[in-house]
Amino acid sequence: MTGGLVVRGLSFDYGPKRALDGVSFDVPANRFCALLGPNGAGKSTLVSLLTRLLVAPKGDIRIAGHDLRATPRKALAELGVVFQQPTLDLNLTVRQNLSYFAALHGLARSEVPGRIDAALDRLDMRARADERARALNGGHRRRMELARALLHDPKVLLLDEPTVGLDAAARQAITEHVHDLADQGFCVLWATHLTDEVRDSDALLVLHQGQIIATGSTGDVRGDHSLSDWFLSQTGATV
Amino acid sequence: MSGFWGVTRAIVGREFLRFIHQRERFIAALVRPLVWLLIFAAGFRAALGLSIIPPYQTYVTYETYIVPGLCAMVLLFNGMQSSLSLVYDREMGSMRLLLTSPYPRWWLLFCRLFGSTAISILQVYAFLGIAAAFGITLPPLGYIAVLPGLILGGLMLGALGLVLSSFISQLENFAGVMNFVIFPMFFLSSALYPLWRMAESSPLLRDICALNPFTHVVELIRFLFYLQINLHALAWVVLSTALLSLLALWGYDPARGLMKRKG
Repeated sequence: MTGGLVVRGLSFDYGPKRALDGVSFDVPANRFCALLGPNGAGKSTLVSLLTRLLVAPKGDIRIAGHDLRATPRKALAELGVVFQQPTLDLNLTVRQNLSYFAALHGLARSEVPGRIDAALDRLDMRARADERARALNGGHRRRMELARALLHDPKVLLLDEPTVGLDAAARQAITEHVHDLADQGFCVLWATHLTDEVRDSDALLVLHQGQIIATGSTGDVRGDHSLSDWFLSQTGATV
Repeated sequence: MSGFWGVTRAIVGREFLRFIHQRERFIAALVRPLVWLLIFAAGFRAALGLSIIPPYQTYVTYETYIVPGLCAMVLLFNGMQSSLSLVYDREMGSMRLLLTSPYPRWWLLFCRLFGSTAISILQVYAFLGIAAAFGITLPPLGYIAVLPGLILGGLMLGALGLVLSSFISQLENFAGVMNFVIFPMFFLSSALYPLWRMAESSPLLRDICALNPFTHVVELIRFLFYLQINLHALAWVVLSTALLSLLALWGYDPARGLMKRKG
């Protein structure tokens, strides 16, 4: 699976507390996969491991065919990330924020303006390019972070609860947009605890207490129940 | 290789932009040593007699004596400021963006270190310019000769800032750094008084000062101002820079988990 994400036997402990326990899954290219789990299930730890903010003593991660442990540079170059916590420099303009990111990813200086324009066009944000990030509302800031995550043309897109703090319209818009990106060929892993962001056709991974407790197509997994009821019955979580 | 250069430019450029946006920081960085130079030194010049010690070949005024120490003070405060902004970056999330760059983490951290050192040096020269305007001058060539010492001292104190930032989990804990790092480092050094003066009141304190790497930054700068190299101080500063850099790399090692405490 060269264009997707492969995780095998991933475990991680915070001192004596086990956060992830033997997690394995595949997300192919051209697929939207929802990583559903209640708060404290281990989603953020998994995201930190996938982005190499943490390194697990056990387990393997392959991003678009590149082993994150053996070839971190190649693997991270294929990964676009939107973190749960905003990571914008609010004093810089949209364009400056994107330029900074482009340089961190080693994009050639000559191609950066074109890439920024294309990424902003994709998210319908071009008109805001010269505004300071501080002036944008929450929804626009998220869109800008999504545009930034696409700037270096990654194959795998990782979003950690990207709709936190957004109003209903902005949530819907960003959820739809990322589904479109999966249709265009991206491998998308969308971590959330909100069941209404997941479609029946999406792949589903359910993480609970550090373990994958269900996997498959969302429609198949939930059966005759609503996803919300099914999720509640499995995890005891409120949604 | 152009990618490495691009990363350097971006990180250093961002440090400069951040610095420009914080005008108060620049003013504070200038006012602090000037207060020591123009008020403290003026008040104490009679009380603190100095003998002729290397690199000085004649009697120097107390104001002249403390200029190298105040240059090092600018480097020290800026190193700590940089540490503060690293902790802030971690709390605000932008550290994640930096550390998920595909470039090696040691290089990303070195760029941060280099950026903060460059800003420190800019502040030192601004301070020296104002001191000169008040008639406190040093040998003209010394202003150029001191540059390598400032770079090395800035890197050492910036590396110290990196180490501290990797161990400080919250911004609120930063006040402790002031009490337990900045003040002891500054006062237990040769910045304000030569070590022989310290030995008169306590040989133990003198020995502590002699072990303090900040003392050696001050002495390295002092000798370079007079176009001399204090090899002993140079060795101390190089060694301290290397050790602190290694410690910073360990502190930011993803296997050790800098982000663990942040969850």
